[in-house]
Amino acid sequence: MSLKEKILSSYLAFEDYLEDDSPIHDLRNKAIKTFESHGFPSKKEEAWKYTSLNALLKEDYSIFPKKETTIEFKEVRKYFLHEIDTFKIVFVDGVYSSFLSSTTHDGMDICLLSAALSKDKYKPVIETYFNKVAKEDSLTSLNTAFAKEGAYIYIPKHKEVQKPVEIINFYTGSETALMLQPRNLIIVGENAHIQIIERHQSLSENAVLTNSVTEIFTEKRAFVDYYKIQNDLPSASLIDNTYIKQERDSVCSVHTFSFGGKLIRNNLNFYQYGEHCNSILKGVTILEEKQHVDHNTLVHHIAPNCESHQDYKGIFDDNSTGVFNGKILVEKDAQKLDAFQQNNNILISDKATINSKPQLEIFADDVRCSHGCTIGQLDDEAMFYLRSRGIGEKEARALLMYAFANNVLESVKIPELKKRINKLIANKIGVSLGFNL
Amino acid sequence: MLKIKNLHASVEDKDILKGINLTVNPGEVHAIMGPNGSGKSTLASVIAGKDEFEVTKGGIELEGEDIKELDPEERAHKGVFLSFQYPVEIPGVSVTNFIKTAINETRKAKGQEDMPAAEMLKKIKEKADLLEIDRKFLSRSLNEGFSGGEKKRNEIFQLAMMEPKLAILDETDSGLDIDALKIVANGVNKLRNADNAVIVITHYQRLLDYIVPDYVHVLMDGKIVKSGSKELAYQLEEKGYDWIKEEVKA
Repeated sequence: MSLKEKILSSYLAFEDYLEDDSPIHDLRNKAIKTFESHGFPSKKEEAWKYTSLNALLKEDYSIFPKKETTIEFKEVRKYFLHEIDTFKIVFVDGVYSSFLSSTTHDGMDICLLSAALSKDKYKPVIETYFNKVAKEDSLTSLNTAFAKEGAYIYIPKHKEVQKPVEIINFYTGSETALMLQPRNLIIVGENAHIQIIERHQSLSENAVLTNSVTEIFTEKRAFVDYYKIQNDLPSASLIDNTYIKQERDSVCSVHTFSFGGKLIRNNLNFYQYGEHCNSILKGVTILEEKQHVDHNTLVHHIAPNCESHQDYKGIFDDNSTGVFNGKILVEKDAQKLDAFQQNNNILISDKATINSKPQLEIFADDVRCSHGCTIGQLDDEAMFYLRSRGIGEKEARALLMYAFANNVLESVKIPELKKRINKLIANKIGVSLGFNL
Repeated sequence: MLKIKNLHASVEDKDILKGINLTVNPGEVHAIMGPNGSGKSTLASVIAGKDEFEVTKGGIELEGEDIKELDPEERAHKGVFLSFQYPVEIPGVSVTNFIKTAINETRKAKGQEDMPAAEMLKKIKEKADLLEIDRKFLSRSLNEGFSGGEKKRNEIFQLAMMEPKLAILDETDSGLDIDALKIVANGVNKLRNADNAVIVITHYQRLLDYIVPDYVHVLMDGKIVKSGSKELAYQLEEKGYDWIKEEVKA
């Protein structure tokens, strides 16, 4: 039985188990049909030309974990931003862990999607927002069909959330192979502020494939800073589908730090519906061995007087491969736009690959769109400069890579997180120099 | 200090240096002048160990030791410092962190402990004051967005911090106005002592009014064709290089 067949038959069992009056029951049925007719994407599709899921799909994934596993906080403490107080929404093998979490309903909701889907008082919100910005492609539809758990965040207007929210998904390896469909719904009200950190972390060598969908709605003048930390084990793969709908004067930034995992595909989609929106997309990718990371971004400019900034840096060693496919789509009405896209890559080994493809579709006539892409090695002159000052070849190389990647960190607004990522980058590159850049 | 014997060097099979002989003793200042493309910067880079150039013949000795095969960092550890004509911009690394790294890596190579933080700070302050460098400047990314003059001043700041035995100043005067030139020259002069030496590469005699050379050498087509006292620099300023060409031909 292929994975697709297994999923389709599991859906029947899943439907039986669900309560009939779920507000998204019809959506699920529709979504599974979309998945059934399209199946998993193949390299024949333009958007998947450089990323093949074939090897991943051969695993015999469990669609539902058979047993609940508990983990001790001390085992996983290092994956939390434990230096500071945070809200935490934690899942273990797809199941909410109240023990590891720290949620709130005090003047805002930072809690669970399962609760929001089952309680009547959330019904109007679910009907207004759930699956309203997500694309109806096959992978998103697959997630929608099985969506039952994830983070639910609702921040009412004028509320500034005082501490960051961590959404962490742990996989214990209780199944030999597990496929998960986490679903997050985040609504940030007018003039509200929030910072969110998302992380997927496998704790065993058993295979896991996560197909996650996150919908974020930023209302007027809302500020959202979203950080994705992708530093998983070589047994873990992730397809991240994130959709952001921005209303006027809102600012939303997404930083994606991809250092580990087997295969990662980031489908990051911004839709600017109101004037004076600002979308910021930044990424640092540092890969080795046979890792593969594909950044597939879309910024859809619909309203005038908006901005978008994309800055992705990649360092590729060994046989690793990277893909950057950045699309900027400018509608006819999106005049006076300032859109910027930059993708810089360094290839360390002869066998590493980067496919970088900027895509600009512009239907407005008064816009400023710029893009740049570089693929290179480390600059010989810079190497000589550092070495002539007594810095050894290995350290000079590390220092240059560190500086190259570190540039993106400037816009990380949580100091403790910045420090953490700084350290991750230093470890990844093998810098042992005693300084903080 | 430095003994260069019959040095030949090429890049991509093109000969640039064609038999250089030069001896620099401790406490001396040597100026190397010459027209564009004569090989001045190549000589500086070859002494510092840039691997783009291949030494095909001859040798470079520093304090009696052949350094021809050493890596650039090893030469730096032995006390060679090159002030770059075009310092490289390195975004993301501050001037302070760069110089701390350079000093501590050099100490590590010599088997010494890192310089204590307080001592480092004191030294940075002292040398920054010497070169009239604003403290804010030190936290900026190395050379990024610096003016030509700022870059050169920063090179001399690094020189002051590293305290090398042999300093090679490759066109340090280009891009400097007269005030900056005086500050830089004053910085270099303060660092001079009986145990170190300076090679000044320049097009113009102007810098040599402030860093006064013991010897002036004229480099042409990869060879030192004439050597003399500081008076030679005035002659070159006045008459150009053509008369030397004639002399060489004759």
